Amino acid sequence: MVKFNRFTLSNGLRVIVHEDNTTPMAVVNILYDVGARDENPEQTGFAHLFEHLMFGGSVNIPVYDEPLQRVGGENNAFTSNDITNYYITLPSANLETAFWLESDRMLSLAFSDKSLEVQRNVVIEEFKQRYLNQPYGDVWLKLRPLVYKQHPYRWATIGQEIAHIADAKMEDVKAFFKKHYNPQNAIMVVGGDVTTEQVKQLAEKWFGPIPAGEKYNRNLPVEPEQYDERRETVTAKVPLNDVYIAFQMCGRLDEGFHAAELISDILSRGNSSRLYRNLVKEKQLFSEVHAYITGSLDKGMFIVEGKPLENITIEAAEAAIWQELERIKTEVIAADELTKVQNKTESTMVFSEMALLEKAMNLAWFELLGDAEMLNHETDKFLAVTPQQIKEQANLIFRKDNSSTLIYLAEKSVNSNELAVSE
Amino acid sequence: MTDRTTAPEFQAINDISLIEPRHIKLANGCNVFCFNSGGQELLRVEWIFGNLRFNTSKPLLNQAIMALLTEGTQKYTSAQIADKIDFYGAFLQADYGFDHSQVTLFSLNKHLSQTLPMVKEVLTNAIFPQKEVDTYVRNQQQKLQVSLQKNDVVARRVFNKALNGDTIYGFAAEAAEYQALNRSDLLEHYKQMFRPDNCTLIIAGKIEEEALGMINDLFGKSWESAGEKPDTTQPEVARSAEHLYYVEKADALQSALRLGVPAVNRTHSDFPALQVLNTVLGGYFGSRLMANIREDKGYTYGIGSGISSLKYSATWFIASEVGADVCKAAIAEVEKELDLLKSEVIGEDELALVKNYMLGSLLGSLENIFSHADKFKNVYFAGLDLDYYKRYTEKVKAVTAEELKALAGQYLNFDNFYKVIVGKY
Repeated sequence: MVKFNRFTLSNGLRVIVHEDNTTPMAVVNILYDVGARDENPEQTGFAHLFEHLMFGGSVNIPVYDEPLQRVGGENNAFTSNDITNYYITLPSANLETAFWLESDRMLSLAFSDKSLEVQRNVVIEEFKQRYLNQPYGDVWLKLRPLVYKQHPYRWATIGQEIAHIADAKMEDVKAFFKKHYNPQNAIMVVGGDVTTEQVKQLAEKWFGPIPAGEKYNRNLPVEPEQYDERRETVTAKVPLNDVYIAFQMCGRLDEGFHAAELISDILSRGNSSRLYRNLVKEKQLFSEVHAYITGSLDKGMFIVEGKPLENITIEAAEAAIWQELERIKTEVIAADELTKVQNKTESTMVFSEMALLEKAMNLAWFELLGDAEMLNHETDKFLAVTPQQIKEQANLIFRKDNSSTLIYLAEKSVNSNELAVSE
Repeated sequence: MTDRTTAPEFQAINDISLIEPRHIKLANGCNVFCFNSGGQELLRVEWIFGNLRFNTSKPLLNQAIMALLTEGTQKYTSAQIADKIDFYGAFLQADYGFDHSQVTLFSLNKHLSQTLPMVKEVLTNAIFPQKEVDTYVRNQQQKLQVSLQKNDVVARRVFNKALNGDTIYGFAAEAAEYQALNRSDLLEHYKQMFRPDNCTLIIAGKIEEEALGMINDLFGKSWESAGEKPDTTQPEVARSAEHLYYVEKADALQSALRLGVPAVNRTHSDFPALQVLNTVLGGYFGSRLMANIREDKGYTYGIGSGISSLKYSATWFIASEVGADVCKAAIAEVEKELDLLKSEVIGEDELALVKNYMLGSLLGSLENIFSHADKFKNVYFAGLDLDYYKRYTEKVKAVTAEELKALAGQYLNFDNFYKVIVGKY
């Protein structure tokens, strides 16, 4: 149970306070309701590039990090296809510094040319490091456009291609800020060794004067239901073959979401899960195999991925995965097996309550979903899923004509001799 | 109107209080340290074992034992162990580290009577079934192929080998070594290592007397050490004479860099001051390496430095992945930054910032009872006690720019650096 208080400033900023006096620290988490899905298809990767620019100085404060570090604080941020989330951890005695910094960059950025130039380069290096210079690193660049034809989930958070980032202009940066970075579009959670009164007073002082800005009304293309089996095969400089099968599934707020997440647990969570036990251990077809969901706000992806052993054909590997998927579609799951994944979800939730920042992020996320209080009912929703619902969801998701299969074939030019060390 | 140009007043961090554990010695001599808290009804229990002295002819045994520990016991199959642990919503991990290996159980208190006996079974009756060994060997060999295509992984392997030679710290497994694993060696190693006189228990969470009773019954009363205590010392590291390593990868978009020198570990009196110096250099987002090589030049997504403190070795290293076309330039900038630390004192403002940052970071790292236990582990296994953190915070506050300049001169000579480049140069 995560207790909290909540209020909204007149400019529309939603504020949630979670008092936890077991720590001498405070966290300030600000979620902006903007992600890669809100980008122009010609300027992908912009939400994430923008996140970098948020550290390049604001209208009254030339550098962001330094004053925070000076008071013993740390910060970071991440961007997803749905949201951009910024967070600070600092000694609670210095809480006001976080309000000063965060409110100034919500008010306005410095929009420095140097910062834009450098961060374009940094993000391009990030693109190379994480997506291009790693075996299988480009999987999301290939899989997303296979699964999505209309919806902006068809590009990855990093962007569709490096050129989109290299071409980013200052006028675009300014327009993006105006459109998305205003109080109406943000949720702030303050947690730790703080009081609601103190947070109210600080929020009024620092965030109250920020103009409400214009309301952004999201109007994204809806991804049509998929009724065609999709497939792509790439030959790449990877050491092993790899099979990805992605399915469209419901969005985060849809009724079937909790059942779908439990299906991924049944298939792949822990050493007792079906795919690991049957395909890695018993039949010895894969060196590793995983199932997971993206948990996206709009129509999401359910992914099954595995690297077959070298003597196993792609056809045999795919057939073995499908056999497991067919099983969960046709057999009603045993009560014990469902209870097992439900218990795991329940204990994970209890463990997560030990981590202050995680609690703050969760509150912001559920407030975005509609109500922070949903966090405290999440476990119940998982516990309420029935064997019949598991079967129904499995039948909705695991259809051949709802699948997008991406195969990596290993180009056998790389061998370990190349690793001999030379001076 | 609120003045937005001036930073709000702030307070320096003075007191950092660490929780002293309650120490219990079980009947068989096993040391237990308890970190008790209110809050959630759960426990984290760790069984920590000293690694046996490294045997170069059978280098993989220790790692393999940890990976295979939960894959079958006299009473239970691998599947039964996994079913039971998962059914009770618990997490059971077996992890290998350079100095110690450990088994960790995360469990809700209400399920301890089911989960603790399973750990006992794993610690005392593991059998390493041949079928599981085969699966492990096969899968690890495949995973190794993927790892070896990651430039940063290759850089780390080459670097560790250069600085630590044929010791447990320098070892990096090759495919053939997996092939050489056999059951009888595993069992022998396991029997020598997994015994109460080589085990320390760390318990953190909401500790009820009932749980302690169970732990005493299972791990104190009916678990004995037989024969001679195992040798857990390690031979001195023998460093390579060669300092420059270039592993060329023709198509690399980025090169992985790992540059470093031997340093001193936590037990050395210089260590806290060196941590300050390291933070200035590359230990936080605002560090000189980040400010110059990422934030000014845009050569990389990230660059950082750290001091790895092991029981019998220590290394000060800088790591990054930089654009292949700017690899030389990036290394030149690293050298410049090191020279600057040796030739000029750190400015008052920067040093004050770093000191505050480090103290805030230490305070912030004490998030919950688990973090207090982790802090204790850091010092206890280095042969120190919690007073270390008192000395550490005092030194962080007191160290002068002159002292740091002298330390830079002593420890950070670029000519002594080992340099590993994987990619293009």
